[in-house]
Amino acid sequence: MKKKSVKSTNWMVTILLSLGCVTVFFPLYMTVIIAFKQPSEMTNSVAGALALPSQWSLSNFAEAMRVTDFWHSLGNSILITGVTIILTLIIHSMAGYAIGRSMVRKKNYRLLYYYIVSGMFVPFAILMMPLVKQTAQLGMDNRFGVIVLYLVFYMPINVMLYAGYLKNIPLAMEEAAEIDGSTTWTAYWKIIFPMMKPMHATVAILTALGTWNDVMTPLVIMSGSGNNTLPLAQLNFQSQFGTNYNLAFASYLLALLPILIFYIICQKQILSGVANGAVKG
Amino acid sequence: MKKKAMTHKDKTLLFMALPAVILFVLFNTVPLIRGALYSFTNYRGYGSYDWVGIRNYIDLFGDVRVGHSYLFTFKYAIAGTILVNVLSLILAMGLNSKIRAKSFLRGVYFIPNILGALIVGYIFSYIFTYILPAVGNALNIGFLQNSILADERFAWIGVLIVGVWQAIAMNTIIYISGLQTIPADIYEAGMIDGAGTWQTFRKLTLPMLMPFVSINLILSTKNMLMVFDQIMSLTKGGPAQSTESISYLIYRNGMEGGQFGFQSANAVLFFVVIVAFSIIQMKLTGKKEEQL
Repeated sequence: MKKKSVKSTNWMVTILLSLGCVTVFFPLYMTVIIAFKQPSEMTNSVAGALALPSQWSLSNFAEAMRVTDFWHSLGNSILITGVTIILTLIIHSMAGYAIGRSMVRKKNYRLLYYYIVSGMFVPFAILMMPLVKQTAQLGMDNRFGVIVLYLVFYMPINVMLYAGYLKNIPLAMEEAAEIDGSTTWTAYWKIIFPMMKPMHATVAILTALGTWNDVMTPLVIMSGSGNNTLPLAQLNFQSQFGTNYNLAFASYLLALLPILIFYIICQKQILSGVANGAVKG
Repeated sequence: MKKKAMTHKDKTLLFMALPAVILFVLFNTVPLIRGALYSFTNYRGYGSYDWVGIRNYIDLFGDVRVGHSYLFTFKYAIAGTILVNVLSLILAMGLNSKIRAKSFLRGVYFIPNILGALIVGYIFSYIFTYILPAVGNALNIGFLQNSILADERFAWIGVLIVGVWQAIAMNTIIYISGLQTIPADIYEAGMIDGAGTWQTFRKLTLPMLMPFVSINLILSTKNMLMVFDQIMSLTKGGPAQSTESISYLIYRNGMEGGQFGFQSANAVLFFVVIVAFSIIQMKLTGKKEEQL
């Protein structure tokens, strides 16, 4: 009797969780609705702001794209996130491999591991001001500098994830290859790197979510370069929206869309990737 | 012969670690040391400066604005960490039980995490400024009739709601993976022993989940202590500096307010606080794990 009740669907929880979705959907619904309306339709009552628009118009979006230089900002966001991920997968996985494999036997590598991983507790606030000076002196107060900084900021967590994942890959894998005459270098790229694929997915997803939405780094590093990322554009053009909330929300929706679409397509991979990172970390 | 082969392997491994190490030293350790050095100067961010010893650190403890920012940040981080972890644990248990449309619901509750905090802040800012006061007026709820973001007493709650709304998503995923590591037969054994729902949770689920509670507490405390984006989009530290977080104050006054040296000292103190918080939490939750 009791066992049966455990196995069957728990409708009570299903209903409660479905109702709870309102907390997620309401802000999104409001954003979409306001983005499609004209200022004249926004009366002071809640109903006026939240009712469906009398006419679904794309004019706010066209205007928002013009005001925030949307395509340019989108291009910058894609460029920065894309290059960061590619370099992350190469540089962090190599370091994770070298450190993860060597730290078992060598004290120096163990120290190096803790040295890099402890970087997780260094708040951006303490690095911010010196980094602004340093990147400017090096001519890196631009998109390139932001990419380099992301490579450093995500290094502690990524090296930890890679080194942890390597514990599941037996040493015999590359030893066999080395007996067959391949070097450590080729054994890594031919055998180990492909075997770390699940961890590459996790690292890529965690790094992408962080860099895509980050405001603070581009704000302090490249605000003078004339380039914006999508979130930075929202901040910088905030004053131009004025009290035209329809224009502002069209712009917010445009900025949210790329990642929302990406999430809808890759939801499964993203969720399992994030969970994977949590368990290994 | 064998030794030579080893050195070659060692060289390769060193070469593979090198790009990461060079980047880390140049853009983490060097600025960290420079920041620490600036904290002993009266540098304004431009022009010349002098060494002032520990003057900045003494001044930090007498500075009302700095004191307020620590109070706000601690209040926010503690309330946020507790709320986030309680809510996400409940949510995770719901999402891990026998429900319909499981993957859809899990997918929905993760959405807040993928959205940028700045834009989410702008959207909620509209809710707090226009929607909630309208609801407050309609239902005659006094404290809602004006924007809570404009009220010194309530503004931090607005920031907290947005922070919690976003942070729950990540912690829920981590708790779900934790719940999945608990073998089902443990619950069956508990049921045979006649354990009630609360007892099952208290005596079985929670102890088995302790490593994940530990990760989540450390993660959310650290993230909440560093709150910045939400402040930027919701309140800009106001009203009357009541929601000025430590990160925001360092950014505002360090970058634009000519307090480069002084805020560097503040940043060093902030770093020490974060490390201290993390160590205390690791010690506390680590002890619990051993006990159980």
